[in-house]
Parts: sequence; C-alpha cells; structure tokens
Amino acid sequence: MTKPTCLLLLATLGLHAAEPPVPAKIEFNRDVQPILSDNCFYCHGNDPKHREADLRLDIRDEAVKAEAFIPGKAAKSELVSRIFTADADDLMPPPDSHKKLTQRQKDILKKWIDQGAAYQQHWSYEKPVKAAIPAGKNGVDVLVQQRLAQIGLKPSPQADARTLIRRLYLDLIGLPPKPEEVAAFEKDASPAAYAKLVESLLKNPHYGERMAIGWLDVVRFADTIGYHSDNPHNVWPYRDYVIQSFNSNKHFDRFTLEQIAGDLLPDATQETRVGSAFNRLLLSTEEGGAQAKDYEQRMLTDRVRAVGNAWMGQTTGCCQCHDHKFDPWTQRDFYSLGAFFADIKEPILGRREPGILVLDAAGQKRQADIAERLTLLQAEFAKPRPELAPAQAEWEKQALEAVTASGMWQPLKQVTASSAKKNVTLKADKEGVVRGTIDAKRNERKQNDGTDTYTLSTKLALGTTGIRIEALKEKLPGIGLASNGNFVLSEVTLTGGKNKLPVAFASATYEQKTFPAATAIDGIADKKENGWGVLGATGADQSLYLELAAPVTEANAAVKLTLTFGWGENHEIANLRLSSTNSPKPIRAPGTSLPAAEIAGILKTEPEKRTLEQKQKLTAAYKQIAPELNDLRAKIATVEKEKADFENNAPKCIVSISDTTKRTVRILPRGNWMDESGEVVKADLPGYLPKPKIEGRDLTRLDLAQWLVSKDNPLTARTVMNRLWKQFFGTGLSKVLDDLGAQGEPPVNPALLDWLACEFMDSGWDMQHMIRIIANSATYQQVSTSTKALTAADPYNRECARQSPFRLDAELVRDNALTISGLLVPKIGGPSVKPYQPAKYWENLNFPTREWQNDSGESLYRRGLYTWWQRSFTHPSMLAFDAPSREECVAERNRSNIPQQALVLLNDPTYVEAARVFAARILTESNGDANQRITWAVQQALQRKPSSEELKTLSALFAQQLADYKKDPAATVELLKTGAAPVSPNLNSSELAAWAHVARVILNLHETITRS
Amino acid sequence: MHSTSAQTRRAFLGRTTQGLGSVALASLLQPQLLNAASRGVLGTLPLPQKAKRVIWLTMAGGPSQLELFDHKPKLAEMDGKPMPESFTKGQQLAQLQGQKLVCKGPMFRFQKYGKCQTELSELLPHIGGVADDICLVRSMTTDAINHDPAHMFMNTGAQIAGRPSMGSWVTYGLGCEADDLPGFVVMMSTGKGRNPQPIAARQWNSGFLPSKYQGVQLRSLGDPVLYLTSPNGVTRERQGRDFAAINALNKQHAALCDDPEIATRIAQYEMAFQMQASVPELMDIRGEGAKTLELYGCQPGDGSFASNCLLARRLAERGTRFIQLYHRDWDHHSLLKEELPLRAKEVDQACAALIKDLKQRGMFDDTLIVFSGEFGRTPMAQGNKGPIGRDHHNKAMSMWLAGAGIQRGVTFGSTDDLGYAAQENTTTVHDLHATMLHQLGIQHDAFSFKFQGLDARLSGVEGAKVIQKILA
Repeated sequence: MTKPTCLLLLATLGLHAAEPPVPAKIEFNRDVQPILSDNCFYCHGNDPKHREADLRLDIRDEAVKAEAFIPGKAAKSELVSRIFTADADDLMPPPDSHKKLTQRQKDILKKWIDQGAAYQQHWSYEKPVKAAIPAGKNGVDVLVQQRLAQIGLKPSPQADARTLIRRLYLDLIGLPPKPEEVAAFEKDASPAAYAKLVESLLKNPHYGERMAIGWLDVVRFADTIGYHSDNPHNVWPYRDYVIQSFNSNKHFDRFTLEQIAGDLLPDATQETRVGSAFNRLLLSTEEGGAQAKDYEQRMLTDRVRAVGNAWMGQTTGCCQCHDHKFDPWTQRDFYSLGAFFADIKEPILGRREPGILVLDAAGQKRQADIAERLTLLQAEFAKPRPELAPAQAEWEKQALEAVTASGMWQPLKQVTASSAKKNVTLKADKEGVVRGTIDAKRNERKQNDGTDTYTLSTKLALGTTGIRIEALKEKLPGIGLASNGNFVLSEVTLTGGKNKLPVAFASATYEQKTFPAATAIDGIADKKENGWGVLGATGADQSLYLELAAPVTEANAAVKLTLTFGWGENHEIANLRLSSTNSPKPIRAPGTSLPAAEIAGILKTEPEKRTLEQKQKLTAAYKQIAPELNDLRAKIATVEKEKADFENNAPKCIVSISDTTKRTVRILPRGNWMDESGEVVKADLPGYLPKPKIEGRDLTRLDLAQWLVSKDNPLTARTVMNRLWKQFFGTGLSKVLDDLGAQGEPPVNPALLDWLACEFMDSGWDMQHMIRIIANSATYQQVSTSTKALTAADPYNRECARQSPFRLDAELVRDNALTISGLLVPKIGGPSVKPYQPAKYWENLNFPTREWQNDSGESLYRRGLYTWWQRSFTHPSMLAFDAPSREECVAERNRSNIPQQALVLLNDPTYVEAARVFAARILTESNGDANQRITWAVQQALQRKPSSEELKTLSALFAQQLADYKKDPAATVELLKTGAAPVSPNLNSSELAAWAHVARVILNLHETITRS
Repeated sequence: MHSTSAQTRRAFLGRTTQGLGSVALASLLQPQLLNAASRGVLGTLPLPQKAKRVIWLTMAGGPSQLELFDHKPKLAEMDGKPMPESFTKGQQLAQLQGQKLVCKGPMFRFQKYGKCQTELSELLPHIGGVADDICLVRSMTTDAINHDPAHMFMNTGAQIAGRPSMGSWVTYGLGCEADDLPGFVVMMSTGKGRNPQPIAARQWNSGFLPSKYQGVQLRSLGDPVLYLTSPNGVTRERQGRDFAAINALNKQHAALCDDPEIATRIAQYEMAFQMQASVPELMDIRGEGAKTLELYGCQPGDGSFASNCLLARRLAERGTRFIQLYHRDWDHHSLLKEELPLRAKEVDQACAALIKDLKQRGMFDDTLIVFSGEFGRTPMAQGNKGPIGRDHHNKAMSMWLAGAGIQRGVTFGSTDDLGYAAQENTTTVHDLHATMLHQLGIQHDAFSFKFQGLDARLSGVEGAKVIQKILA
C-alpha cells in the first residue's frame, strides 16, 4: 500500500474512530448545546411560529416549566425517556426528521440532566474572557500548549529556515521569496532574524494586497452588478482603499466606521467616502420588468446578510422569512438592521450612477487648477461692461427686427426624429422640439464613436421657400452636446419622396471662424473640419437659414432632413426646432440670432418701460453674443470642456450618500414583498446583544458601526480573529467561519479565541499587532509535516500541534507563477485588468452582448486580485482555483483539488507564457549543463535544491523534449508564440521550447502551488 | 441494458488510453483513488433507483404554454376583452405591471396526439409523435418572475445566489459513472432569433458544495472544455511527457510529506489527461451515421440544440450523471406569433429524437428527461414592446417529464379557464426537485448539506412533496 492510500485510510479511521468517552463533567456549551441545536431547536427553539407542543428547549426555565426534564433526575425526565424509547411514535427526534442521536449523545443528555441540567449562554454571546499570560510569553503559544498538554499532545519542532521564509512570504505578502532572500535568511543566525523578517514583510506594500483578498471575499467586491445583464459598476477605488487601509495598518474599528458610515463621519474625506462604497457592493439589476419593491427587499436582505456575515459571524438570512430557528435572531432584528441602510441614496432598479470622483493628489491639484481658471474667466465675463452699450443698442434694434420678421416663420410641430447610430437618443415633443441626449450605456461601453446622423421628417406647406433650423439653448450649458457646448453640422440635405430638394443658400445667426454656414450645404459630409460650427456663441440660440432653390409645389409635402454630425466627440445639436416660411427670396439669417422668447418679449417692451431686471437680462443676453466677447467666451468654453473631459476620465466610485428621505422598512411576513401588512420598523440593534441606550433620535449607520466595534459586542473581534487564524493555520479555531451561532462549531480552543479577541480589542483593533503575535509564535513556526501518531490523534490538525500545508488561493497561484517567470508587474492599485481569457466565454451574456478584450502591455501581468471580477462569469482560470463569484459574502473559500486546475496550469496561455518566459530566464540567467540549470530553476520556484531523483526526472524530460523539438522546428515556433511577451531571437528555439516544458512541469508541481 | 452502457464505456476508455503510448500514467495511480473521487456521498440508496441519470432541457426565456401545451378555448373567446380583475388583482406582474390587461387567445392551433390523445400545439408535431411516452404537467408554478432569479430558483431551489444547482446536488449524492468525463455537464444553444436573455454561470455552480461538483460547460465554439486543448506546438506525446514528469515529481514529493492532497492531485492530473482525449472524442459526432444525424436533424459542428441532444445521449452512454441543455431565446414579450414557431422547430424534432434514440438503446427506462422553462407566460397580451407577445408569468406553466419511472402518455394538473393560474394538482419547483431526487433513489428531505447552520436541501425546507401521481 502506498503512503497516500495509507494516510487516507488513517484519515477515514479518524473519522469513524470510536467516539470519545462521555466527559466526567458535562459542559453545556461544549457538549449539550450542539446536540440540542442540531436535533431539537428546529421545532423546540427560538421561532414561535414553528414551535411544536409549545415546548422550547433553548431556555432552561421554559423547558423545566414544561416538564421536559427534572434537573438532577434523568430517570424521571420526559426528555430522556423520549430519546431512549423504542416506540417510533414517541421517539425524539421523530424519525421523519431524519435526525438520529448517537448513543454517546443520548448518554451526554442523560448525564447532563443528572448533573443538574445547567445551561450556559451560547459561547459567542458571552463577553470574551482574557486568560492571564505570563509576562514575556506569547499568548498563542501559552494557550495552544496548555490545550495540547490537556489532550496529551506535544508541539512539533520548528520548520527549517527555507520553509519558514517561504511560509511567511506567502502568508504575509502572497508572493514567494527570491532564492537570494532565502539564502540571506538561512545565513542570518541572529535570534532576531525571524522577527525582523516579519516586520519587514508587514511594511512591504504587497502586504495590503495579500490581506485585501480575504476581505474582498467577505464584502463581495466585484466589478459588475451581478443580476441579469451583469453590467459594470464603478467600485475599483474601493479595492484600492482596502489595500491602502491594510498597508497603513488602519485599525479595524476605524476601518469598520469608514465602510459602514464613511459618509456620516464628522471628519469625512474622499477616503472615508470611498470606504463607504461597502454599502454599494450588493447585487443590483437592470432587467426590464423587475419590480422596485422586489429589489428593494433583495437589496435590504443582501445588506443584512453582509453585515451579519462580515462582522458578526451570524447567519441572519433565515430571518428574512421567520425568526431564527437556532439563534436568538428575530425577524424584527433582521428588518431593523436593514433599516439602518434605508437612507442610502441609490436607484433600486437600473443603471448605477457613475459615482464620486476619486482623485489622487495630482488629480486634486489639476481639478483645483481648472476650477480656479474657470472662476477667473467667469469673473472676467461677469464684469460690468459699459463700453458695450452702443453695440448693445444696435443689437437690440436688429434683434427686434428679427423678432418681427420671425412672424413670417411657422414652427413645424409635426416632426419625427431618429438617429442613425443611436449614440444620441432623439425625442420630439408635441411642439416639434427635438431633444437629444447622449446614450449613457453606449458611451460607457465605448460603443459611441462621437458622431451621428439625425433624420427629421416633417410636412411642408405649398409654396415654402425657406427652412430654419434653430439650435435651442435649454438646460445644458451650451447648444451642442459636446463638452464645450458646441456642435459641427457637417451637412444638411433635404429630400422629398425620392428627390433631393436643392438648397440655394445657407446663412446663420452666428458662424464660428472657419466653420461657416455655407459648408453645411456644400455636399461634403465626411470631412471633419468641414461644417457649420458655433463655438464662441454657444450660450444662446443659433439658427441656420436654408433658402430652397425652388418653392415647394405640393400641399403638405413630406420632407426628410438629414443632419450629419461628423466632427466627433459628440459635436451634435442638443435641442432643435424646425420652422418654414413662404416669404419671398432671398431667405437670409438676420444679422443677429433670434433671441429667446423671454428676451423677445422684453425687446417688444418700450425701453423706458423696462424694469431693472429686464434691463439686466438684456445686457446678459447681449453678452452671450457680443462679438467683442467672442474670445473670452471661447476661452470659457475651452476650460469648461477641459473640466468636463477631466471629470469624464477621472476614476469614479459609487459610495454611500445619505438621503434625507428614507425608504420605509416593514417586516415582510414570510419575506413576501407584496405583503405590506407588516409593521414598519426603524433602525435598531439586535435585541439579544448588549447595546447602548440612544434616545431622542433615530439610529444611524454610524451608531451601527460604533456598536459593531464596541467592546461590549462579543462577536466582532471573535469573528475577525477566527478568520485571521484561518489565514495562518488553514482552518478557523471555530471551523465554520461564517457561523459563530448555535449551529456553528464551538471553538476547539475557546480560551485562545477569546484571548485573541480581547488582545485585538485591547490593542485598539490593531491588525498588525495580532499578526505579529501569531507569526512570531512557536506554534506558527512548527513543521507542517505530521507523524502517524499525530495524524491519528488529530487528523485535521485542529489543535495546532503542527502547521498545516494548504494550496495557495486562486489569485496567489497566478501571482506565484508570474513571479517565478519574472513577468509579474508589481504595480499596486488602479482599474481592474483583463488578462487572457478564452474567447466566447461571455457569449451567454446579453444587454449588451460582450466579448472580453484582452488587455495589452503590463496589464496582462498584474496580480490576480486586479483581474476584472465579472460576477456572472468569473474569470475561469480563477474559478478553477475556487475564487468565489462574489455574489454573496464568502468567509471561507473551498480548497478543491479538481482536474480543471491541471488544465489551467498546463494550458491557460497565462501559464504557458509564464513557462516559456521562465525558460528564457533559465537559458540566460543560469549557466552550466542541464542539471545545473534545472537546479537553478527549481531554486527559483521552490527555493530549494532538487533531489537527485527530481534531477533525473527533469533532465530526462528535457532531453526527450529537446530531441523531439529538434525534429519539429515548426512546433517550437507555435509554442513560443503563446502570449504577448517577446521571444529573444538570440536563443535557440528548440532548446527554449524544451526548457519551456521543464519550466511548465515545475510550475505545475503540487509543492509550487502549496504553502507548507 | 446496464451492461450495454458499461461496455460502451469500457470500449471508450480503451480507445482513449491508446494515445498514452509509452507514458504509462495509469501505473502511477491507485485506481481506487480515482473511483473514490467520483463516488457520491450517499452510498447505499434508501429508495429504488429508477433513474440513473437526468437530461434536463431548459427552454430559457420562458416558452408560452398557451401556444404550446395548455389549450384554452375560453381564452380564445375572450380575445381582445379585458382580463377579469378577479384573476389579476394584487398579483405580481413583470413588464405588464400597471398596464391595461387584455386577454389574448392562443395564436396557434392545438391537436390531439397519440393513443393518449394529449392535446398539444400544431407547432410540436414530433413531440406529439412521442406523446405516449411523456407526462405533460400543466400545473407547475414558480416563485420568481424575472429571468435571473427564476433560473436560480429552478436550478437551485432558492433565489439567493450561492446555492448549489441541482446537477451539483445529484453528482454530490450519487457521484459519476464516467472515469474520464465530468459528472455534471451543461450545454448551450441559442435560437436564431433576436435577443436572448443572458444566462449566468452561477446556474451550474456548485455553491457551497465542493467545487468538483460544479457543472462543466461543453462548448460548441473554441475549446469544448475551457483550457482543454494543449498549447500550440504541444502534441499529445509532448503533453503526456509533462504529465508523467509532474506526477512522478509529485509522487516523489509525497514520499517526503504525508499530505493526502498530493495523491488527489496526482489523480486529478490523470483525469485531466484523459479528458483531453475523451472530450474531443465525445464531441465528435461525425461517426454517428447519417441515420442518427437525420433522426435528430443536425450536422456535426453546427452547435444546434439538436446536436446537443445527440451529445446528451453520448454523455448518458458514457456515464455522465446530470446533463443540462439550455436553448435560449424563448422570451417572447413581442413577436410571439413570428418567433415561437422558429424556436419550436429548433427543439421539437430533437426532443423526440432523444426519446426515440434512448429507447432504441434501452436507456429510456433509466434516464429521466425534463423539459421546462424558468416560468410560464401570461394569458394577457403584451403590446407595449411591438407586435403582440406575452409577459412573464409564475402562476401557471407547463412542462413535461419522460422516462425513468414516470407515467407515459398522461397529463397531470390543469389551469383555470383562462390559463391564468394552476388550479388542479398545483405543483411547485420544490415538488419537481423532490420528484427528480426520488426517481434517482434519493430521499429528498433527508438529503442535506449543512450550510450556515441550516440543513440546506435542494427541495427546500418547507415540505416539498414527491408528485406521486405521475410516477408509474
């Protein structure tokens, strides 16, 4: 029998080994509560709606009152006779529950009643008690060894230096050490060397990345909304916030406040607001037909589950429909907790908003600079300008004439409008005004090329001689959709039926220099610089007047106007109106643009009758078109464009913004959102835990956050320390990381978890302080190999009489291979990236359909945690290694071992490229014969020398593959083409290909992807 | 019959291992380890196992039962008239919420098929041809009314992400009979229609169950399984050498540290290497013969639903436990009259062919086939999205089951006169799951996995019932 099989057998034996003896002194939390919870509470627990025989066993007084048992008298207790009976009708748990007590469990219950049936409060709801640790001793070691002594186990020896440094690197920064770093550490005999290494890794900027991975799972951070179309939302700055928070060792209490209530803090900053994006990380939908009430409920429950899971290790999900069956959570607690988030401003359905700008120091400087320049220009523009009075008087005269002449024009009210590319959405109202808006979705998906063509259909009266297109100044800063308020009309054509209606002359109320009206009818539609533009006068209506070559000869003639806007950057008219006239030729634009209706009204009023306000309005209107101010207006438009462009391109993040009106939160009977009969609840903290008295005001998210990290809260510190323990030992002290409630597992070493929780709180929630204690403990530094006796006694290494080996997390599998190959780009932070992903992996996405575009350059080689996280189709290479989709909070990732992992490490271009680039390193950075090079390569990957057997296997592989490739040069070319990294022309390609195979084998080894 | 499929599998394995040549991989491995990896957790089953495998045909988007399965003459009479408020008041609607509700009569004719005289649409002549083999359920209901949650509910019994899909549950419980193919396989085809609804990979995720029970998507484009194909320039022989070296080194390493994970890893590399041969062989239907291709109505490599049905049969033969086929684009809010016949044509012949083919191979009796959408459609017209269609509906939907101990040639349950709500033998998705598990020999209410303190079950915690009346 081989060793692994033998071990498996042992493990199996461990599972089914004879049950441990019933303890002499029964302890409720350790021995009784798990039995009652799993077997009895479903019908005799906290949920009154599901309670049978009006009996509850979770409260001692109630159980005694109902005569379930008589303390001290097991023989006379109903409970005991019910669990021991052979009569299926009386047996508890009833056979149809499919629950069955073991003999040991029955004996425990019996003995417990005989001993007086003492209850304890559930362990995790009691305040943690801090064990006294002798001065100068490591608390972890003291408490682990105390426990080991009780159960008769001895700690294992310290691991060798190479194992220790590799372990520390992978645990603390998630990257392997370089061979020279290992050598230096091995050489350093000073007693402080190890602690020094821990310190330096805590200061390493990659520490934050390593720590972020787990937290991002817990808060379900992803780049997309999750439901249905699974479109992107802007949240990546939150990921960087988490990394930076760990790197600056932001204490966990502050970290909590910022995430739950970063917008409500008195000292709120951009950083804390980005932290508050936590509240926005939930799933949302853009599905047509989705009902707001339905998703309002989904979002509320999503948030409650998240907070329950991430901070409290509580499974609140069941309380959406009913009181918890095992824990003291009530449905009221659930919805009251949800009510804390009722103030968050957000669309319930549809597209998320772009979010706040997230600027670094340089960005903030640039923003301030633009604002300052704009303010100066606007102040300059606002200055009183008496020198313009004569010109204004002349304009008033002309404008009044234009208004009078305008009586000859009839607005065309029946207009239909459509855009060819749909980059602009057009809508015509009853008055014939056509309004265009840039399609946000196409814009965001980068499908908008910035140009479009409008088609307007209307009817013309018999004898029409001219058409006017008015670009109207409405709510936007300008009359064009471009960020500077401009448009460029490349060409306008008129067709009636199949025939073109020729235009004889075009004139405009204003023409931008080199963009005259005549170019809009010159037959050239596809030249960028050729068209009618209005920069310098975008603050007022401007019109294009078209004189038809011949009057319209039929009544009610259908006509189609085609307006081409070819300049780009959405230089399209925002709002427009068509009019026609039967005036005799020539049809010419008035000397000035037709003033807006309000100004026209003022002009019609005799000058002496005008009020001061009216006069000011006239002056302001004139300023918008005064030729004397053309330059200044153009300058303002340019800076406004700069501002808009800057803001469009700046990183953004959706964050928490507190709305003054809160959503109403009701208890939903059976979780049914259509049932509005439930009581309205306000934000409140769970009833079963100690909580502060706050009176006279509504509770806020800040209260919730403060309560979570108050010393009276028995759950948070335990939950966080339990998860931290898993990072360093492979399993939590309480194995079920997301449930510290009745159905979870009482910790194997309760004193240790309590001590860690207390020390964490006493240190001011200092994460690095705790890591320092754990990493420096002798417990942590033990070997991860086991002995037969130890495996038999503690097969899952719950007692920590040794370390545990475990596979690296998905992101780190990638980081490790990229580091070994030398491809890793160690840049920290920034937008999520798109490394290679199989084509068509997204083919089942829709609204819109999408195809993943591989990034290029350094974005192909970033650490795994920066990979674009598409919730509905998580990157398959990461998924194979158990990266969660992050649709729900995940405290504990699976650690599976499946064939897809082999396929990924062997065939994913990321790993093939890593292998061939590693091969190039082998050829260029190492010397000597094949064995010497193999030795070098193994050291790069595993930080140790290969054994002679390993050398033999690898050198034989190298020789075989080399001989094979020498016969097949075409294959080497094919292999070496994988991935975007360049291939050095100086290397022999069959050798490189053969080394790529050796490298590939090394990258695939179990040891390579394992931290031991 | 069982021996037939076992034999096929052995022959199949024999073929694939030929490629190994001198690379004697199998010797590196204790075969029992591999078997252990594919065995289910349930061991001896409490109930007789009528179904050895499931082929689940998901018509994604929600086909209209009122044009396909549930004939409502009364609704035809009411065509164009307001929907009586007594039916719809206070009900959950999707895109018709707040709109004027008008009845829409069936847009296609119905006729009686088979000895059983089951009434089915004129659009389903082939399924009609096997009407005596299927059990039509007209009284199914579901909880969800939007696509994504409704698929989740149909696949996992819950509307919260992170629950295992039914294929994962089944392979977790029963394991897989194939040594070189995944136990849970998903295939996707898209109607040549307009704008199919998206399908997320979570629909075949293993949720809180171990990842090895995750559904593996077999794709008609690119690598049939992601990352299946060796890199360019790497022949099977070169790949085999690497596999052998990796496993040899892992074995050497295992001798130094007692970590059972290494043995598992070696086994998984074995499996991966076998899959690299077995999956392309599986996907290659060119050897099926003209008669079979004609029966299904497909061409090799066309990526059609019909091709996938044929592949489903091949998977079934090779021991895959749960095979789920999606055919997309049944979401007919508009253009129902124009689009529905196209979708029906894409699946009708192939579904019938699958039944006939399984029958002629003696596998129909132990294969459970389920044909269902994620919800039904309203008897009310939807006119706000262009030419008439129907909205999502969860009060009534139709579906059918066949094979593996399901009654043949029967209709179960009915809806009210207008087809608005199930009224006789109303049944639920949880009941459907319970029934499926029952046929697989699994007691649904005892089949659970502890998750967040709860004994989570596919069939939910609210007392699902096996639909006894449709069992033979």
